[in-house]
Amino acid sequence: MLDIHGLTASIGDKPILKGIDLSVPAGEIHAIMGPNGSGKSTLGYVLAGREDYTVTGGTVTFEGHDMLTMEPEARAAAGLFLAFQAPIELPGVNNANFIRTALNAIRRSRGESELDAVQFLKLARAELKRLAMPDDMLKRNVNVGFSGGEKKRNEVLQMALLRPRFAVLDETDSGLDIDALKIVADGVNALRGPEFSALVITHHQRLLDHLVPNRVHVLAGGRIVRSGGPELAKELEKNGYGAMLAEAA
Amino acid sequence: MNAISETGTAGFLARYEAMRGRLPGDSTLRAAAADAFRTLGLPGASRGRRAEAWKYTTLQPLGGMSFSGADTSRPVVVPDAAARIVFAVGRYRADLSTPVPGFARFAGQPDFGELTWPDRDPMTALNTMLAEDGAILSVPKGVDLGFVLLVHTGVDGTSAHPRHMIRLGEGARLTLMEMSDGEGVYLHNPVTEIHVADGAVLTHVRTQAESVSAFHLATIYAAVAAGGTYDSFTLNIGGRITRTEIHALLDGPGAIAHLNGAQLLTGSQHADFTSVVRHAAPKGTSRQTIRNVLNGQSRGVFQGRIEVARGAQGTDGYQMNRALLLSPDAEIDTKPELEIFADDVKCSHGATVGELDAEQLFYLRSRGIPDREARSILVRAFLAEGLDPVTNDTARGLLEDAVARWWEGQAA
Repeated sequence: MLDIHGLTASIGDKPILKGIDLSVPAGEIHAIMGPNGSGKSTLGYVLAGREDYTVTGGTVTFEGHDMLTMEPEARAAAGLFLAFQAPIELPGVNNANFIRTALNAIRRSRGESELDAVQFLKLARAELKRLAMPDDMLKRNVNVGFSGGEKKRNEVLQMALLRPRFAVLDETDSGLDIDALKIVADGVNALRGPEFSALVITHHQRLLDHLVPNRVHVLAGGRIVRSGGPELAKELEKNGYGAMLAEAA
Repeated sequence: MNAISETGTAGFLARYEAMRGRLPGDSTLRAAAADAFRTLGLPGASRGRRAEAWKYTTLQPLGGMSFSGADTSRPVVVPDAAARIVFAVGRYRADLSTPVPGFARFAGQPDFGELTWPDRDPMTALNTMLAEDGAILSVPKGVDLGFVLLVHTGVDGTSAHPRHMIRLGEGARLTLMEMSDGEGVYLHNPVTEIHVADGAVLTHVRTQAESVSAFHLATIYAAVAAGGTYDSFTLNIGGRITRTEIHALLDGPGAIAHLNGAQLLTGSQHADFTSVVRHAAPKGTSRQTIRNVLNGQSRGVFQGRIEVARGAQGTDGYQMNRALLLSPDAEIDTKPELEIFADDVKCSHGATVGELDAEQLFYLRSRGIPDREARSILVRAFLAEGLDPVTNDTARGLLEDAVARWWEGQAA
């Protein structure tokens, strides 16, 4: 579904990604782990098309399309979703209107009919209930005055409603208590299926207990230094990155 | 009446000479105002240096124009409100108004008040010289008059100088919504004097939606007594050259003044929001947030001055001017001034000028919202937040309608 080959990217003159090779087949969930500053978030932003990163080499193909030439909104319309590590506050923008506008933009690009406010609210309330989130989440302005956990839940809510084919979760678990963590995992698990894949960026084994990945990759210094099965995450949790990085070097 | 051929300052003086015997009220005051206007002239239109108070705004285009005072009004459409006072070209229109308790016409009971500066401020001098009519509205002690609409319509080729006086007795309450519009090239030059007695609350919401060829120069003088509140919000959306000049005097302990506003401009529109807040008594609070959304080659101005008199301890003053520039040719000028003669005072001011936030834009686009739509959402959000100080539902609804119409005009 997603194929990354030799991807290099920099911010300003500083190279961050130094040659990433990664393939995530349809139906699989892959985890990316790695120390701070290894380029994990950069990878997420580059996939989503953030303009302040310059892609200096390599390719990213999403279901056969060259994704690097697509605008961020076109990537979303194609089915990509990035759950932000630090979700952005939008003062003056109502959350329900925001998500409905996004959903309708995506539906439009697929040639589907738009949802009116009533249809959308019905759908959104059902998702809220399923994710055990309060209704007032829709009435507030996007992420304004939200706690850290609420912001992360709001990302999961957006994901649940936009129904992406490929989700990148950038440390969506960090700073969450165990209940919130389960909500995040449930949100992803609900989408799981042969036509859905995800890349889960995380620091902790904890999320992976609820969201068992097909593969785990270790990112360090802008490269993937090791890949393995779910047991790799457990090994990291036990021994830390130090031993593995020394071994890789 | 002879047709007036002179333009600018001379034109207005000629009109005064032609009308002076028929104008209501204190003729000595009018003569003094005429002398002052002759000396001061239209800012920027006469030779000599422009006063500092008019640093960013010139009325030079008015200098070449002549206006009549004739009411040739077209049919006027006014929003439906139970209590409304309607003026066209500076004159009361009984046919369009409803009876409002405590209302009288300036034409019948001229009241020039005591707060205004006809000797120093050229537009106040011009108004004092030519005012024929206006709204005199008194709310007795303890009475809540509710919502009153004050409408003014301008007509091509005319100038109007309405003189309004609003007096709230102790503990009285009023939400006064002023709306001005019109068609063609005209001048609307109202002067409003406001007295808010002890514990009274005046909510004053103004939408200036004049014709884009028109001139709107409004001057407001408000005095707030102990524990009283003057809560004002001005939306500047129309006009070619406009100025909103508010003088707020916090005259008793614990008086509150809110002078908020939003200016939405496009093309070559120029809007100047100038305020002078004078804290003359202890524990007064003043709050001002002005938001500007500037498109095309438009220019927004905010001049805010806070004066804290000796003895006005415990003063809390705040002003903020925020601007969103949607075009590289738009311009915002900000001039904050603090003049403080007391030592226990909290005063701050700030200004932000920017384009849309890149992170917010990316967030919206990453959710599939196209760039153009995402930008529109962020501008609307900035505007919506600007209206937040207005809590009266009726006033808020009318403001939102005006903002929506403006934004539709930009998208077209």
